[in-house]
Amino acid sequence: MLRTIMAACLLAAPAGAVEVVVAHLHVIQPPPPVLSELELRPKGLGLDGTRLGQEDNATTGRFLGHTYEVSAHAVEVGGDVAAAARTALAETPFLIVDGPGDALQAIADLPEAAGALIFNATEGDPALRDAGCRANLLHTVPSTAMRTDALAQFLVRKRWDDLVLVEGEHGPDRAYAAALDRSLAKFGLEIEARKTWAFDADMRRNAAAEVPLFTQDFGDYDALLVADELGDFGRFLLYNTWEPRPIAGSEGLTAQTWAPVVEQWGAIQLQNRFAELAGRGMEPEDWAAWAAMRAIGEAVTRTGTADPGDVRAFLLSDAFELAGFKGRPLTFRGWNGQLRQPIPIVHPRALVASAPLEGFLHQRTELDTLGLDAPESDCTAFN
Amino acid sequence: MLRASLIALCAALPTQADEIWVSNEKDDTISVIDVETLEVVRTIEVGERPRGITFSKDYSVLYLCASDDDSVQVIDPETGKILHDLPSGEDPEQFVLHPDDRHLYIANEDDAITTVVDTESRTVVAQIDVGIEPEGMAVSPDGKIAITTSETTNMAHWIDTETQELFANTLVDSRPRHAEFVKEGTELWVSSEIGGTITIFDVATQAEKGKIDFEVQGVHPDRVQPVGFEFTNGDTHAFVALGPSNHVAVVNAESYEVEEYILVGRRVWHMEFDRNREQLFTTNGVSGDVTVIDVASRTPTKTIKVGRFPWGAAFRPTE
Repeated sequence: MLRTIMAACLLAAPAGAVEVVVAHLHVIQPPPPVLSELELRPKGLGLDGTRLGQEDNATTGRFLGHTYEVSAHAVEVGGDVAAAARTALAETPFLIVDGPGDALQAIADLPEAAGALIFNATEGDPALRDAGCRANLLHTVPSTAMRTDALAQFLVRKRWDDLVLVEGEHGPDRAYAAALDRSLAKFGLEIEARKTWAFDADMRRNAAAEVPLFTQDFGDYDALLVADELGDFGRFLLYNTWEPRPIAGSEGLTAQTWAPVVEQWGAIQLQNRFAELAGRGMEPEDWAAWAAMRAIGEAVTRTGTADPGDVRAFLLSDAFELAGFKGRPLTFRGWNGQLRQPIPIVHPRALVASAPLEGFLHQRTELDTLGLDAPESDCTAFN
Repeated sequence: MLRASLIALCAALPTQADEIWVSNEKDDTISVIDVETLEVVRTIEVGERPRGITFSKDYSVLYLCASDDDSVQVIDPETGKILHDLPSGEDPEQFVLHPDDRHLYIANEDDAITTVVDTESRTVVAQIDVGIEPEGMAVSPDGKIAITTSETTNMAHWIDTETQELFANTLVDSRPRHAEFVKEGTELWVSSEIGGTITIFDVATQAEKGKIDFEVQGVHPDRVQPVGFEFTNGDTHAFVALGPSNHVAVVNAESYEVEEYILVGRRVWHMEFDRNREQLFTTNGVSGDVTVIDVASRTPTKTIKVGRFPWGAAFRPTE
């Protein structure tokens, strides 16, 4: 009997003790001025996701002799990103980064990052999955293109094909509008009319009062799309438009990485665990950081090693699949390091649909109807 | 007067046909199905988010996981009244009754714990740390081994029921959901929902001895997600619920080959046989119904509407 037990223990822990340290690096960006001060960035946004992933991994690791630690780093506005990244890379080859695209590329290009594995947990810029990709940079956050493709599928499904757009003036707004244009063209739709929201001193009423007039000259349409990635004016469009029509995009019906209202596919368990740890709902930044941590954990569990090269090879292999509470196994795209994933389409109180929607087919997997497919991506770093 | 009391008497008598009890996760009810008429004859209000459901060995009481009430409810099957609650640990999802008819092994989904409860003294005997989101529960026929599978840790945890300690942890594919000992306790089967497989272990060595894959025509492999499963007489075949693929697979338990796929309701989750295992009742969460399958011909014969999100099912003989 003893021998059986010993054999079992050996079987269960094939590789012996493994210590994994994962650094969470937050490159702080200045908060943009917005009309509503209702929502402040939660303390611990993103990092709480990494922490939950660490707890999840550690529980599994306990049975295998694997330990997981989080080392949190932050770079203040205007701080030295490279120096902070070097400090983190001196501790561990595994980095989860909350930061803008240029910072991600700069970190990935550091000599110290050669052979490291960096996870982009916040930046949706499709360029990072295109010519701007890096071999040591994986993305657990979906590209903006994946999110707008999801929304476009929904518009097609609803036959809301007469579309108008209100876009903000900020860089992220314009990037989102560009992604929307691309997605709508991909699925055979287009924007019939568009206006830019430039709320300045010439608009002498509050935003809510301005909206009916602002949207009056759109005439009739099926749905109003809004590109307001900063969360500035979009919230005032709802129920204030001249025509009573649904609003989608950055506001209203949104296609998100994750949302506190996702409860299907066992997600309620993840939401409960997160709420217990963080005392708030799980946001997209938290989910993407959690998924990065879990991906590392899954690779270490299955391979019994924390060598970043082995972990990367496993993550990009057919053997890897992540149970990400989105209803399907999640895998990485071999051509640009993007995590394939369903995209929840939500309003603040419930999940409305989950893309890919039924009927959108792909020869490889329906998940590849979202975002840059292999022939569309100019990423060569993964060849 | 006589007629009135006769009617009252008849109404008070238990129905003669056997029953299938179905827990409705999002209705906080149990639907009781008469296996003769294949109709819901009673709906019983229970605690919040009922999931795991099983009878005592003599069928005198029903045990029910009321997950959001953080308790296991003990219910009188005759009256449908809740007799008392058992301490269960937080968020009990699923459990298994030990062959001693006394100890419940309960998976506490939110707490990464397996709780062992003595149903007689109504006390917690042991709490065992297991992986994240424990779910599937099984006990070997000789009662010596209990199994907990953990959905996020992706392991089957082997518990020595004498010491209430883990003696082995074996990895399986993603999101293990259900476990069963078969062939007189020589094999352990574990289903992995996201992995899309069933892993078969040799119990004596805890070594993996086989793996079953599923492939439903016209359904993407991602959506073929095995969850609950049950065995026919003599453990010759397993019927496996394949979740959102809306099919039940029939697996040859010797060759581990899938012989057939049967179309059922949406998001099929767990299942239960009738007395002689001639009919199988599957719980279909999304469509809110139960599909009745004729086991011999392997064909669905009827759909029975139950409550919202039927989760588990348990057989109750009435004679």
